[in-house]
Amino acid sequence: MGVDTILTDGIVPAQVRRRPESLLQVDQLSIDIATRDANVRLVDNVSFGIGRGERVALVGESGSGKSVTAQALMRLNSRVKLSGRVQFDGTDLLSLSPRQMTAMRGQRMGMVFQDPMSSLDPLMTIGDQVAETLRIRGVSKREARQRALDVLDELKVERAAERLDSFPHEFSGGMRQRVVLAMALVGEPHLLIADEPTTALDVRVQERVLDLLDEISRRRSLAVLLITHDLGIVAGFADRVMVMYSGRIVEENEATLLFAEPQHPYTRGLLEAVPRADITVDRLRSISGAPPAPAARPSGCTFHPRCDHAMAVCTSVEPGETITPLGARVRCHLYGEG
Amino acid sequence: MLQIDHISKSFPAGRGQHTMVLDDIVLNVDEGQSVGLVGESGSGKSTIIRCALGLTRPDSGRVSYSGIDVHRSSRFDTLRFRRDVQLVFQDPYASLNPRMTVEELVSEGLLVHKLETTAAGRRARVVEMLAMVGLGEEALTRYPRSFSGGQRQRIAIARAVVIRPKLLICDEPVSALDVSVQAQVINLLQDMQKQLGLGILFVAHDLAVVRHLCTTVAVLERGRIVEHGTREQVFDTPQHAYTQALLKAVPIPDPAVGRARRAERQLAP
Ligand SMILES: Nc1ncnc2c1ncn2[C@@H]1O[C@H](COP(=O)(O)OP(=O)(O)OP(=O)(O)O)[C@@H](O)[C@H]1O
Ligand SMILES: Nc1ncnc2c1ncn2[C@@H]1O[C@H](COP(=O)(O)OP(=O)(O)OP(=O)(O)O)[C@@H](O)[C@H]1O
Ligand code: SF4
Ligand SMILES: [Mg+2]
Ligand SMILES: [Mg+2]
Repeated sequence: MGVDTILTDGIVPAQVRRRPESLLQVDQLSIDIATRDANVRLVDNVSFGIGRGERVALVGESGSGKSVTAQALMRLNSRVKLSGRVQFDGTDLLSLSPRQMTAMRGQRMGMVFQDPMSSLDPLMTIGDQVAETLRIRGVSKREARQRALDVLDELKVERAAERLDSFPHEFSGGMRQRVVLAMALVGEPHLLIADEPTTALDVRVQERVLDLLDEISRRRSLAVLLITHDLGIVAGFADRVMVMYSGRIVEENEATLLFAEPQHPYTRGLLEAVPRADITVDRLRSISGAPPAPAARPSGCTFHPRCDHAMAVCTSVEPGETITPLGARVRCHLYGEG
Repeated sequence: MLQIDHISKSFPAGRGQHTMVLDDIVLNVDEGQSVGLVGESGSGKSTIIRCALGLTRPDSGRVSYSGIDVHRSSRFDTLRFRRDVQLVFQDPYASLNPRMTVEELVSEGLLVHKLETTAAGRRARVVEMLAMVGLGEEALTRYPRSFSGGQRQRIAIARAVVIRPKLLICDEPVSALDVSVQAQVINLLQDMQKQLGLGILFVAHDLAVVRHLCTTVAVLERGRIVEHGTREQVFDTPQHAYTQALLKAVPIPDPAVGRARRAERQLAP
């Protein structure tokens, strides 16, 4: 059942699809930062939801606002101003005190970053680092150590018991990334936000880490927000995909549909620009120009200077959100209204 | 044109020990040919490039360019080598002097190699070259920092190609770039190769990019070339287990492929 049957049946309206129970609901989230001379909007009116156990990917090029969004959900960046609503498991995150938020991060939301070394303390043993979130919560030393061991086992770190007492530098890049994952997972969160978790790794190691994440998310019914610029990774992992361009989500759909029938010109362009290791193509399609800086966002549709389909309206009117017959949530004047 | 002939290299690894970083490497690049060298991090790709350029001396074996040994050439030959062989690195920011304008950067080679003696002649060549890489005349007076990563990489390519080299050696030239911009640079390299008959030695860890750009491919595993053949041989009928494993792990932007592979892996022990 699910998406595959829908595809063979042809077009099915979005509301027919099964949606898991909502876990995270983001409504009109905007993120602003005050620089010396102006207020700059980094992320503009972003709305999306993540269901329990669902794996959602947020893709976009460098500077599109992925990390800023992830940090906002965890309220990690105190320099930015957040507006909108973020509901998580029945709690309004933006209204929590810093202290309540810290508790939330340790217990119900976990996060991993691109560079494992930056999240690890070189002077602390692996076991102590993984157990730390539990210790903060008042779990006894013995129990915390046991649970750290269990998570490392779950992440298939070999001889985990012996390695609890080793230090980060004794681990390879892939192993370090597993340790960082263990730190995020030991508190048994409902949501894991993974920001480019495998970008620094070689493909075979990357595949192992993603397989583990896939397995654990299924076993624990753990929702994952995977942030990446690599559409290949997304295809193998995500149930649903959101494409971000210059601080806005321009398209969102089930993964199968997004890859089979990309609707937004930017999504289409991106997919055609990716070289593939499994087929030879004559020439890649490239998108002319480069993404704009947040402070110099073009008027109307921010993609218009690079878009082959741009019309007069695109330069002045920002496209609203439309749901296409294929169930894509798209921001583009080619769809909707008419 | 470029012949890497059975070179080996080891580095001291403390306590009198040595680690073998390159083991009997054989690799040729002929005129107009695009050769890809792929391998994981630490496999020795950059070391091969350093040996090919004469920057690192191999322990054994020989690197020659047009029949002349790169590590024992005369001054005259060195000068010709520097003109014929140009480089493009991963980080264009590090390789472009921030205090030089684009015009100065791109025309430097013309001046050094005395290829254009008048300022007007140099400017004409620079403008023509910039147009080829998709930059307008207004770029001439600007500095590298005011360009995006992809634009800087195109400036670096313009700077390398303006003196009409015979061989372009690229070390991960697109791995720092975004997808949409990466495609621009790949297409540019492809055009240069076709239009100018440029030979390319393209080093990368990204197999998809190499498949796209190179007609001959060598696979490096911990300092050894384990597979070497045409693009179709290496990608479609890989013989070596290492190549097969690498290819199976490269993410493919197609959910059906991704799922089928994961199911296959879960069945395997
Ligand atoms: N503290 C800050 N001050 C000013 N601008 C910022 C700050 N943090 C981020 N930005 C800007 O916000 C935009 C979004 O940044 P973000 O880090 O979210 O991008 P990203 O999509 O994660 O990109 P990447 O793929 O490179 O990680 C960028 O243009 C960035 O320069
Ligand atoms: N000068 C040196 N002294 C000692 N070891 C070195 C030296 N240069 C390189 N190495 C080692 O040689 C091996 C190959 O390095 P090299 O930089 O060629 O790899 P690479 O394939 O280019 O990797 P990457 O993809 O990370 O750039 C590595 O293990 C590296 O640590
Ligand atoms: S709104 Fe207009 S410019 Fe923007 S993506 Fe759609 S067609 Fe292109
Ligand atoms: Mg980021
Ligand atoms: Mg290298």
